[in-house]
Amino acid sequence: MGEDFTQIWVYLSTTPLLGLTITLVAYQVGTWIYTKANLNPLLNPVLIAVLMLVGVLMLTDTDYPTYFDGAQFVHFMLGPATVALAVPLYQQFQKVKGSFLMILAAILAGSVSAALSAIAVAWAMGVSRETLLSIAPKSVTAPIAMGIAEATGGVPSLTAVLVILTGIIGAVLGTWTLNALRIKDWRARGLAIGTASHGIGTARALQINQVAGAFASLAMGLNGLATAVLLPVILGLIF
Amino acid sequence: MTLGFITWLLVYQLIGEVISKGLGLPLPGPVVGMGLLFLTLVMRGDLPDGLKDTAGGILKHLSLLFVPAGVGVMMHLHLLEDEWQGITAALVVSTVATIAVTALVMVGLAKLTGKTDAETPEKETGKQEAGDG
Repeated sequence: MGEDFTQIWVYLSTTPLLGLTITLVAYQVGTWIYTKANLNPLLNPVLIAVLMLVGVLMLTDTDYPTYFDGAQFVHFMLGPATVALAVPLYQQFQKVKGSFLMILAAILAGSVSAALSAIAVAWAMGVSRETLLSIAPKSVTAPIAMGIAEATGGVPSLTAVLVILTGIIGAVLGTWTLNALRIKDWRARGLAIGTASHGIGTARALQINQVAGAFASLAMGLNGLATAVLLPVILGLIF
Repeated sequence: MTLGFITWLLVYQLIGEVISKGLGLPLPGPVVGMGLLFLTLVMRGDLPDGLKDTAGGILKHLSLLFVPAGVGVMMHLHLLEDEWQGITAALVVSTVATIAVTALVMVGLAKLTGKTDAETPEKETGKQEAGDG
């Protein structure tokens, strides 16, 4: 007979294989649930995967660095994936060259509003500096937002979760907000959703209208660049 | 997905890291790399098919890539527990404010320049994509 379960567990928990495998499994379970729920933004696949994994690690008394030994192989791809965002950005840019300045102005206004309003409300509610700096880049797509948080003194992993929550909030409240303001221009609707709530909002916009989806995708890329440049300046002026 | 274009992405990231660290910029290296690749494509005026496929392949599972970092929140659960009211208020208010400002500026500028929406079909359903963050 082979080794008993405890010995196998002791062996597996020290190899990267386990962390990597449970990450892929959890993500696929999350995606399956999200698809089954007709892409309901409240059942975001990343949020489901993160909750499941945190639960499993806590139940098995596994610490985060041990898990990350395996998961780092997935994590590493964030860098090249961020660079790859230039491709969809370029594709959308090609389509809107004529109105580019106008679009850029709207996104810059949105980028500054996102940072300032988040900082102001968080400050007024008395949150800690660490949390405040993690909230500031919350409207930006997660790979860029985590990089910004790291560069400005926030907590990248907290930022990752807040980014996902922001995406869900934007996807749920976006239509309502835009209707209340009587915005009928699909370009403006898309830009607004993409700037405020990155890829999750963009996915939602694509479900509703193709023009809105394309503008949301453009806004997501440009807002990532804009916030990466502007946020350190804004934080420098405030603190 | 070709090895050549994966190398492209890594080279741009590497150049981005060198510029970011070398000049002491607060910008993350990969974001500098993204900006440089975007500029390269604009100057070339054309997107190689291989690069399009490689980028598409990686970005298809973009949201998987930040799961490991997201799990790291387990080390900061005390922040969420102690400050959830402030966090929730900031996220909701700021998200709604950002949507409003961006849309109003865009509509305002469109009116000002006369570039109001040309063809905006009613409720045209687009392709559905997974919800990347």
